[in-house]
Amino acid sequence: MISRRRRYEILSERSIETLIYLCGISAIIFVFGICFFVFREGLPLVFKEDTNFSLGKFFFSTEWFPTSMANKRYGALALIVGTLTVTILAMVIAVPFALGATVFLSEFCGGKFRETLKIVIELLAAIPSIVWGFIGLTVINPLIIQVFHVPVGLNALNGAVILALMAMPIMVSIGEDALKAVPDSYREAALALGATRWQMVFRVLLPAAKNGLLAAVLLGVGRAVGETMGVLMATGHAVNIPFFRDDGSFNWGWMFESVRTLTATIAAELGETSQGSDHYRVLFLIGVLLLSITFVINLTADLVVKGIRKQK
Amino acid sequence: MNSTPSSPATSPAPFVSNPRVRRKLRQERIAQAVFATMVVLMLLPLLGILVYLVVRGAPLISWEFLTTNPSKGMTAGGIWSALLGTVWLVVVSLAFSAPIGVLAAVYLNEYAKDNWFTRVVNLAVVNLAGVPSIVHALFGLGAFVLFFGMGRSILAASLTLAVMTMPVVITATREALGAVPMSFREACWNVGATRWQTIRRIVLPNAVSGILTGVILEISRKAGETVPIMFTGAVFFRAIPEGDLFAYRLTDQCMALSMHLYTVTTQVTGAPAALPFAVATVLILAIILINATSIAIRAWLRSHRKW
Repeated sequence: MISRRRRYEILSERSIETLIYLCGISAIIFVFGICFFVFREGLPLVFKEDTNFSLGKFFFSTEWFPTSMANKRYGALALIVGTLTVTILAMVIAVPFALGATVFLSEFCGGKFRETLKIVIELLAAIPSIVWGFIGLTVINPLIIQVFHVPVGLNALNGAVILALMAMPIMVSIGEDALKAVPDSYREAALALGATRWQMVFRVLLPAAKNGLLAAVLLGVGRAVGETMGVLMATGHAVNIPFFRDDGSFNWGWMFESVRTLTATIAAELGETSQGSDHYRVLFLIGVLLLSITFVINLTADLVVKGIRKQK
Repeated sequence: MNSTPSSPATSPAPFVSNPRVRRKLRQERIAQAVFATMVVLMLLPLLGILVYLVVRGAPLISWEFLTTNPSKGMTAGGIWSALLGTVWLVVVSLAFSAPIGVLAAVYLNEYAKDNWFTRVVNLAVVNLAGVPSIVHALFGLGAFVLFFGMGRSILAASLTLAVMTMPVVITATREALGAVPMSFREACWNVGATRWQTIRRIVLPNAVSGILTGVILEISRKAGETVPIMFTGAVFFRAIPEGDLFAYRLTDQCMALSMHLYTVTTQVTGAPAALPFAVATVLILAIILINATSIAIRAWLRSHRKW
């Protein structure tokens, strides 16, 4: 015979465990919820008839005129190219610095200095994107105008610099974990053979940690693709493929052309659309596109990291 | 170190510098200098920029600036309604995400078995952290504002923020729970405690500082985000009674600091040049203060760990 008190205990234990279980699977629920609601608002447009929208035009046309009275056009190619341009340029700037900083932090300095550096980097990672956008507008913009003698400083380069500054702290902290995961015996073996630390880093450490470092870069890319406020304020916000001039020749000054990214388009236009309109739905479709891109990047990063664990 | 007697002519004498050793040492010094320069090049401009923002904004900041509403088309006055709005958003959203996040971490660390389902949950947490903020904004609009009929309100915006920042608290709590030694749990089970009793009396109290660190980091994320609240509850302007902490209702729309910075930078003309800098300064200082608290707690935790 179970006493009443005991029964009460079993009951409360059961209920609290159910609650914990529900919270545990909440992450899955939220991810599915995000997919469901973004698709729910966006997908009807794909199957809608009598509309100017078509998937082919969405991916391959550069004509983005969603508010035109006579002829609305929804070609997102320029936006996709804008996102890619800014992201790749940002990575070209950020990866060397982040890699150097990671190696320095993990191999060349120690003690108090290292702790301080790590704290500074952590604080930098916490600075909100709106502040970065503000910096792009008020600091980087005049800087670009002065240094490169161009009329406008709000362009692809500005956005890339902002994204690079934002992505670096994250890449450094993840990259440092990757270097930390390399066993000390590797380092000791290399040094015992007479290698300098420089040789040890390049011949032993970087090859051993390359998967973790790749994951760090991928997560930096994921962050850069999804970043909104920073690029909204810094890139100049013109729907434009920066690589070609009007006559079709290659534009060598592409870095100084204003561009617009997928994220910035949603942020700038969603407030003005009426719910359920084609324009509103096409912005959700851009959201679907962003969601797919970041899922692929995150899954790849995850698989890359898993790959290392299996090797060991 | 034995020198090899068989070939004294070819092997270099130990501890005497020869060109090869000198070259290696030089290489080493150059490497160190290059890496150090990279760090300096990365950090100095950033710190310089932040100092510049604070220096330009600081003259405008006063107690009055913090406690009066914006006025005259946001070109004058203070930031009271934005400041209070941010506090409301953070507190309401924390009320949802902190308990759920901590319990989710308890599940993952204490209950979950190592099987495919747990891997899926982990993957979901990773992906949730990687979803762009603008997609969270679309989700918040589609789900909370429209589908659940909350309208654009503090509640809808807070829930969107809660979903977005939950991975922060989950990750930090898992780390804190994982740091509690297994022997603590085993000792507790052995005297007849149930799983939940063990967690509540032993595991959570021992992990509380780590959990707190995660929660504080989450606060700083929430306070700085702009996009997720832009379409779910934040407005450009709203005047509220000054000095009243409960001037907002859950169903109200509110102003927010981050949104206010965007507004005064890009939408308002004729504001004094220092105004956006002052708003940015308040935001930056608040975030740095919050993060510094979290770092201090972590440092304290490391020096006071009992095991």
